[in-house]
Amino acid sequence: MENALSIFVRSIFVDNMIFAYFLGMCSYLAVSKNVKTSIGLGIAVTFVLLITLPVNYLLEVHVLRAGALSWLGENFANLDLSYLSFILFIAVIAAIVQLVEMIVEKFSPSLYASLGIFLPLIAVNCAIMGGALFMQQRAGLEPSDPKALTSLVDVIAYALGSGFGWVLAIVGLAAIREKLEYSDVPAPLRGLGITFITVGLMALAFLCFSGLKI
Amino acid sequence: MKFLKNIVDKLEPTFSEGGKLSKLHSVFDGFSTFLFVPNHTAKSGAHIHDAIDSKRTMITVVLALVPALLFGMWNVGYQHFLAIGQDVNFWEQFAFGLLAVLPTLVVSYVVGLGIEFIIAQIKGHEIQEGFLVTGFLIPLIVPVDTPLWMIAVATAFAVIFAKEVFGGTGYNIFNVALITRAFLFFAYPTAMSGDQVWVRTRDAFWWGAGEPINAFSGATPLGQLATSTEPVAAFHNIMGDPIGFWDGFLGLIPGSVGETSTLAILLGAALLIITNVASWKTMLSVFLGGAFMGLVFNTWGPDSAIANLPWYNHLVLGGFAFGAVFMATDPVTSARTETGKWIYGFLIGVMAIIIRILNPGYPEGMMLAILLMNIFGCLIDYFVVQSNITKRLKRTTIK
Repeated sequence: MENALSIFVRSIFVDNMIFAYFLGMCSYLAVSKNVKTSIGLGIAVTFVLLITLPVNYLLEVHVLRAGALSWLGENFANLDLSYLSFILFIAVIAAIVQLVEMIVEKFSPSLYASLGIFLPLIAVNCAIMGGALFMQQRAGLEPSDPKALTSLVDVIAYALGSGFGWVLAIVGLAAIREKLEYSDVPAPLRGLGITFITVGLMALAFLCFSGLKI
Repeated sequence: MKFLKNIVDKLEPTFSEGGKLSKLHSVFDGFSTFLFVPNHTAKSGAHIHDAIDSKRTMITVVLALVPALLFGMWNVGYQHFLAIGQDVNFWEQFAFGLLAVLPTLVVSYVVGLGIEFIIAQIKGHEIQEGFLVTGFLIPLIVPVDTPLWMIAVATAFAVIFAKEVFGGTGYNIFNVALITRAFLFFAYPTAMSGDQVWVRTRDAFWWGAGEPINAFSGATPLGQLATSTEPVAAFHNIMGDPIGFWDGFLGLIPGSVGETSTLAILLGAALLIITNVASWKTMLSVFLGGAFMGLVFNTWGPDSAIANLPWYNHLVLGGFAFGAVFMATDPVTSARTETGKWIYGFLIGVMAIIIRILNPGYPEGMMLAILLMNIFGCLIDYFVVQSNITKRLKRTTIK
């Protein structure tokens, strides 16, 4: 449990999807114009991560990994299906995103309208796919490694932490951009230019967590 | 005064529209309003007269910084002569510090103001006064031995990318002095941390040269604690003699130029609070947050030297007090709502102690903590405003 807590905190601050890996940038930059919408997208991303990562973890452990299929019988013990991981992960993510889209449309049509194309695009959001691939890599580490994900609880903690980290990043940026509306930004930099600079400076501030020991 | 006024009046036509040097109007305007209160008045509409404008505000902050600067200069000389084992009087210590610190101050002002002037010319604006404080802060928050070219590069980076691209004074999201420091810290880590940079052992302008004596070790108290292998919260001065809370409070310890003496900083804080320039809420809540987190780590923290450091020591060591008084209260980058200031300050204190204790790489975590909270200042304001809106909506009855 302590390990899961440490993974949770680390994935929010130290291994932040945005500031440490710059993943999921397209929707991060496009949907961060106001706080309300960005909270909605953040929650959607967190939800998708929370469902897909455990499912993908189970696939990784019981189907894809070298020798993972041994539960089917002796003949399958030597099989290594990890070359299928990309296609399987994508399939899972796409299916879950469809589900989220239907839920959002049903329960919050206004959020659905304001998220627009970026809701279905979560399917190709690199933070989600990146999360799955980092999970695969970290599930294969030695259990003594502090980064290793050894159980389903660890993976859920990792998914939640990465999601919260993403929410924190996008909501923080959205609040800054709402304030930037009133700034006298030089004309060539207005819009995305100044946003990129802001994100860079935010990442500089987040560097204070690199090397944090929890 | 009369003499200066005559010069300004005489030069004015040259720089006004139609004059020979009308292109440089903003430069002239900057200097003349720096010297005298401008005599332009609004022509129409309701307006409020107040003696305070942003130049007065800035100069108050600079005045509040003077005790910390003077003490810092003396401390640089004091530590220097202690390290090389020479016994000299007070004025020689001060003069050495002056010679060591003054170049950084000059470089930071020349580079920063140079960029401000050029950009004001390009944009056709008046010169903005925001750099007066920033330029004064930069030499105070870097180690005394930082090479001048590094300060020039970092200042240029910060002024351009943290301030001018956002529209100049009053629009920046991040504190410019802190970006300077963070840039230096991550771009040139060897010049900004470790135990070689905090005490000036080489000479200043060919004066006061000497070899450090054998017992010398230049690590700051927090640096010593972060690298200590034993879980005992004891630290020593550069001669290896043990020191305690009061040495930290008075400031007889190695560290960045202006941050060592909590006493001198509190003098500045008093001026800022009396003149109502900086928010006492932010200052107080930073100290509360630091004390709270220090207590938490004292009680439940890991068994390491820095986690065992009693909480009140955290408040006087490193840049904590300096950050709380001069950096966290920056009205532009901090939270602007009154409730927001409490939350903002408290979180700065908490984050600073967390970074100090849990991140052995950055024992001087205060500046990074404030920079981090600069990000979330806007967000805190947003939620405070939203909650006020919902509260008031509930109060109104819809008939």
